[in-house]
Amino acid sequence: MAEAGGVWAVLLLACLATYLSRGLGVLFAERIDPEGPTFRWVGCVAYAMLAGLVARMILMPIGPLAQVDLATRSSAAVAAAAIYLLSRRNLLAGLAAGMGVLFLMIRGL
Amino acid sequence: MPGLVLGASFLGFGSLVRESGLSLWQGLASSLGMWALPGQVAFVELYAAGASAFAIVLAVALTNARLMPMTVVLQPRLRTPGVAAWRYYVAAHFVAVTSWANSMQRLPEVPERHRMAWFAAFAGGLFLGSFAATAAGYALAGLVPKPVTLALVFLNPVYFMLIFITDLKHRAKALALVTGAVLGPLLHQVDADWGLLATGLIAGTAAFLADLAWRRYAGAGHG
Repeated sequence: MAEAGGVWAVLLLACLATYLSRGLGVLFAERIDPEGPTFRWVGCVAYAMLAGLVARMILMPIGPLAQVDLATRSSAAVAAAAIYLLSRRNLLAGLAAGMGVLFLMIRGL
Repeated sequence: MPGLVLGASFLGFGSLVRESGLSLWQGLASSLGMWALPGQVAFVELYAAGASAFAIVLAVALTNARLMPMTVVLQPRLRTPGVAAWRYYVAAHFVAVTSWANSMQRLPEVPERHRMAWFAAFAGGLFLGSFAATAAGYALAGLVPKPVTLALVFLNPVYFMLIFITDLKHRAKALALVTGAVLGPLLHQVDADWGLLATGLIAGTAAFLADLAWRRYAGAGHG
């Protein structure tokens, strides 16, 4: 992994693996009846994976966010959701609240 | 709005790339060839941690496996009369959480014959913006105070969370989202690679079955 060529090779493989999922999605969609139960099941799997990923990114982040403690991350996420709902689904207000809480709590206020 | 949020998120990614010791070109190549932020973050983090090539590719592949069911679900909404089959395979590369969630919500309102064009313009715009943001984030790394960088990296999952709150009105989606959100972090602790796929299959199937039982029950009740 140390040499630059190795990084490029791994990056290329990672990109191909990513497209594989997308390409197979188009292929499978041609064989699945959009009104049928299989399609509804695939939809449920998609939403479950997305929610699982988002919850993991907030509660157990990899990278620099891992240095921020769990209480700070959770408070910021709850603040974002609360303000979003209270402001009648104003995304900007929700995001600003979440980022604001995270920023202030990191600064130690 | 989705463009601004995604731009800010890729700004955070750009600075992450630099801090991890990867080059600007490698960061841009990942935005071009992968264009799925959670997978890109996994790539950069695992590279910085010195993981093996196999571990990195496996982690990225499994993080991005969600794109398969997402692409399947998008296809009927993307169907445009007279558009060649291969174009759907090109369009599939532009399926990522932001483009997908917004398209799922808005495509039904777009006239059928304009759907592919609408998606190309929307997702293509996000795609181009994310390069500029990756490069800008790389250039700005180190110049911006640490809490700002952290807030930018945090913006992405919080934005996703807010988008999916809108989908809680729909019963099957709500069941899948709530079960997935609970199982995701738990199964991640069991196995960081396969946890997400297992979450999708277990929580997704549970939500599907619960929704099916609910339909039958409601159907029988109104009988």
